[in-house]
Amino acid sequence: MKSYEFSSEQLDVLREIGNIGAGNAATSMSELINKRVHMDVPSVNIVTFDEMTEIVGGPEQLIVAMYFRIHGETPASVYFILTIEEAESLVKHMIPDQSIDLLNEQPNEMVISALKEVGNIMTGSYLTALSDFMNVNLQSSIPYLNIDMAGALLTAGLIELLHISDYVIVIDTEIKQDQTNNGLKGHFFLLPDLDSFPKIFQALGIHSNG
Amino acid sequence: MDKAKTIVNVGISDLNVVKAPNVIRTSGLGSCVGVVIYDLYEKVAGLAHIMLPDSKFSRQANFNPYKYADTAIPILIEKLYSLGARANLLQAKLAGGSQMFQFSDSDVMRIGPRNVEAVKYILKEERIPIISKDVGGNRGRTIEFDPRTGLLMVRSVNQEPFYI
Repeated sequence: MKSYEFSSEQLDVLREIGNIGAGNAATSMSELINKRVHMDVPSVNIVTFDEMTEIVGGPEQLIVAMYFRIHGETPASVYFILTIEEAESLVKHMIPDQSIDLLNEQPNEMVISALKEVGNIMTGSYLTALSDFMNVNLQSSIPYLNIDMAGALLTAGLIELLHISDYVIVIDTEIKQDQTNNGLKGHFFLLPDLDSFPKIFQALGIHSNG
Repeated sequence: MDKAKTIVNVGISDLNVVKAPNVIRTSGLGSCVGVVIYDLYEKVAGLAHIMLPDSKFSRQANFNPYKYADTAIPILIEKLYSLGARANLLQAKLAGGSQMFQFSDSDVMRIGPRNVEAVKYILKEERIPIISKDVGGNRGRTIEFDPRTGLLMVRSVNQEPFYI
């Protein structure tokens, strides 16, 4: 497979996908935590695996990662990534009585389900917006959750891709609670399979051979 | 006594070699396997951060040979030779090969254990003994090897670093 070069029109479309998906996801998140959630304009990154880990702080950065495999007409992988503090504050918000220390303790079932629930809601609303926009069918797997080093977690869901490419195409949206760097912050990575890109462009009426 | 030592970092799907007093490390191994091959007498070591077991399954015309166990390990050995290592003195240590997410069935998702098997197989073919290993489980690992001592440091989240 050749290197990926998208036309500016195609890049716009990919950013728009990120916008629409994340917009809907941010709304769901706001309802869930009952606070305004702000999202940045998505960026489309064509990066190596090393560079992908840099987006979230480098290969050794401790993260809470949820992975979803997306099936349907345009298969993809999704990572919903939170820092330890963000994940803890989310859980505390959902189950106020729960003491939580993700850094030093194995999280209990309650905590794990709460986190997975957030992931389900975020990913579900992201995908709903996407499949409406593109008029394609998309179904998500169950969430897979782990808390560990970014390098270890970010490669784990992308094995299939590795045989085809040394680069990944990440549509990255940062989700924040406010415009400052305080409060909740997360990353939502959409990584369509390489074969999905022509279908995405086609579904949105754009020629893929650019 | 401790001369300025450099830590050489090896990225994902990459490899490199060092001579003492330098040390070599790689960060955030998940399903990937970190293979260290070394000659304790010449005090040289090489490390490969391998992502996949077998280049036969590559769907790329020009794949990166450092990505696969079967292609990376022979290159690593050649690089060690050019640094003065001797064939019959080579030894190996490995770490990694975890299953970071508990995927249900498919073979594709058992990539960690398959990486470990592939590395063991290639090392056996190359007649390089595996001195120690820390593989499997569901945790990430950062490893660092010192060719002067022959010790491999393994660090995981929430664990004291230990040496194998």
